[in-house]
Amino acid sequence: MSDFFTFSDPNVRMVTLGTVLLGVSAAIVGTFTFLRKRALVGDAIAHAILPGVCLAFIVTGDKHPLYLLVGAVATGWLSLLSMDYLSSRTKLSTDTAIGAVLSVFFGAGILLLTTIQHSGSANQAGLDKFLFGKAASMGRQDILVFGIVAVLLLILVLSFFRAFKVVSFDPAYARSIGLPVRQLEFLLSTITVLAVATGIQAVGVVLMAALLITPAAAARFWTDRIQVMLLLAAAFGLLSGLFGSWISYSAPAMPTGPWIVVLLSLIAIVSVVMAPKRGIWARIRLQKSNARKMLLENILKTFYSLGESRQQFDMEVNVTELVTKRPFDSKSLRRGLHQLQRKGCLIKKSGNTYQLTTAGIAESRRVVRLHRLWELYLTERMNYAADHVHNTAEAIEHVITPELEAALLRELGHPILDPHDSVIPYQATQNKKS
Amino acid sequence: MNTAIETHNLTVAYNRRPVLWDVDFKVPEGQLIGVLGPNGSGKTTLLKSIMGLIKPSSGYVRLFGEDLDTVRSRISYVPQRESVDWEFPISVREVALMGRYRKNKLLGRLSKTDHQLADEALEKVGMLPFADRQIAQLSGGQQQRVFVARSLAQQADLYLMDEPFAGVDAASEEAILTLLKEMKQAGKTVLIVHHDLHTARQFFDWIILLNTRLVKSGSTESVFTADNLKQAYGGQLTILSQVSELIKDREFPMRERSHKDQPK
Repeated sequence: MSDFFTFSDPNVRMVTLGTVLLGVSAAIVGTFTFLRKRALVGDAIAHAILPGVCLAFIVTGDKHPLYLLVGAVATGWLSLLSMDYLSSRTKLSTDTAIGAVLSVFFGAGILLLTTIQHSGSANQAGLDKFLFGKAASMGRQDILVFGIVAVLLLILVLSFFRAFKVVSFDPAYARSIGLPVRQLEFLLSTITVLAVATGIQAVGVVLMAALLITPAAAARFWTDRIQVMLLLAAAFGLLSGLFGSWISYSAPAMPTGPWIVVLLSLIAIVSVVMAPKRGIWARIRLQKSNARKMLLENILKTFYSLGESRQQFDMEVNVTELVTKRPFDSKSLRRGLHQLQRKGCLIKKSGNTYQLTTAGIAESRRVVRLHRLWELYLTERMNYAADHVHNTAEAIEHVITPELEAALLRELGHPILDPHDSVIPYQATQNKKS
Repeated sequence: MNTAIETHNLTVAYNRRPVLWDVDFKVPEGQLIGVLGPNGSGKTTLLKSIMGLIKPSSGYVRLFGEDLDTVRSRISYVPQRESVDWEFPISVREVALMGRYRKNKLLGRLSKTDHQLADEALEKVGMLPFADRQIAQLSGGQQQRVFVARSLAQQADLYLMDEPFAGVDAASEEAILTLLKEMKQAGKTVLIVHHDLHTARQFFDWIILLNTRLVKSGSTESVFTADNLKQAYGGQLTILSQVSELIKDREFPMRERSHKDQPK
């Protein structure tokens, strides 16, 4: 490992630099492809580049990267125009147009590639690497050309950042302020084609869409800011390029391109699962915490209604009384009672009996208050019948925030009785204030 | 009074099907103008044609007596709220700042004044406290107010708004309405595509009543007659829509070449 990361070997240095540059520029350009919902188009362009590369070789008989790049951009663009034409001028839907263009161009590419391979040209060795990339065998010339293009792309995206942002978000508005939207979209498409044409050096046409789209898709999970998203996508592209090169350096049998894509996919999976708020794990945790809140509030409410029937709220209550009043699952009831003790709402008395603390009484009043306020809101404002409101209120009482509670109180004018003529309990202190 | 918008024989087709037939009207400056008509009557198409987003099949539009491109900086456009993806990763302030983007300042930095104007616009619609929120974390009415703020930041003289009251809560409706009245006081002209006849009467000084053709354009009292409303809302003209279908199916042109209308 240390061998690799000292970058003392000039060949390692070049290849890694090249791979990282390609990864970063593809990720940054791909962020706009992703935001404009053009991921599939990116994939089609990548596949459509193969015939261009082959044609360029057939015409020039040379593998100079500049020739191949020109060929790649030419057919990449042709595919883009074909997709636009098919979806706007015929009755074909967009996905059909994309699918058709992808397979027709890729098929033509494979055909040309096979022809070249059987032509006996001595120079053709290595062209098939365009299928899965050839990062490790990039020559000095390749890296120079593609490195320059990658840097150029970065500069273009950064200087046109604001224009690209508004064109991606609201193209109609952009046109209304007189921005040259058509030209900007042309520029964005050209940049995408160029990023794809250079990126296939690293990962090949088949996997190129991953290099373009995955970093942006993963980055979106972590942030709501386009600027941060660009940086994160670039970082993901950089890391996967760096470690992809390292893996194929340490284990020479390992191909760089596919490893870059595997690493990117890992980053994406981690993002989908772990990201705060949007991630799967965060949502599971949120649901768990909701379930716990509902359990605790339901227990407190049961204490309250037992107390209400006996006109005394700080009396000792037996667990069996709770279960008779409301059919709790005994395991979750035990857990809930324990958590309520820790929160200082309950005190455990002898054996199986519990007593509400002052804080517990206040909290139980709050839940019952919300329940009854909501019942009243349903009958008064939404014309529910009084005997139809309970089940809805059972769910909504857990949702209402203090702000909504204040709004309800204002709107209902601090009512005293709910639709069933039960008293709506206010906090003693609050009563004095209001 | 000077004319803010003039359309001359404006005819527009979507996918070859004509949706506006020879719409011809003038509206004065300094008014709140409502564009009304049933669904599919071409209200949004009219707005987009005025803004130059759709090329008419024939006819033309003049704004303040000029071609759109010469007065573009005086015109502001508020698209329908549903026309954009609100999951887009930008903040409320960034959307308002788009009101300060200019064609000739595509690359340079925005100035301090630009930031100030964007914040003032947000303040006016009551959205400054939400300036740093991502736009998906707003209610529909708040999103609409952000769009209006972006438009205000443009500091235009003529505002074209597509359904700013659609799906908007009472507070947002109130905020936008107050603002419109202030804009009128300041001599601005506002053209609004609106769907609700009931409120239109209170909101607007001038009404353009459409149903693929112009039914009536005039001051609110003069337009709100039972006869006009019946013409606009009593369904599309049967023969007219049959002709539209034919034009679409047989791929006929909307105008013969020698009869295209040109600005004088």
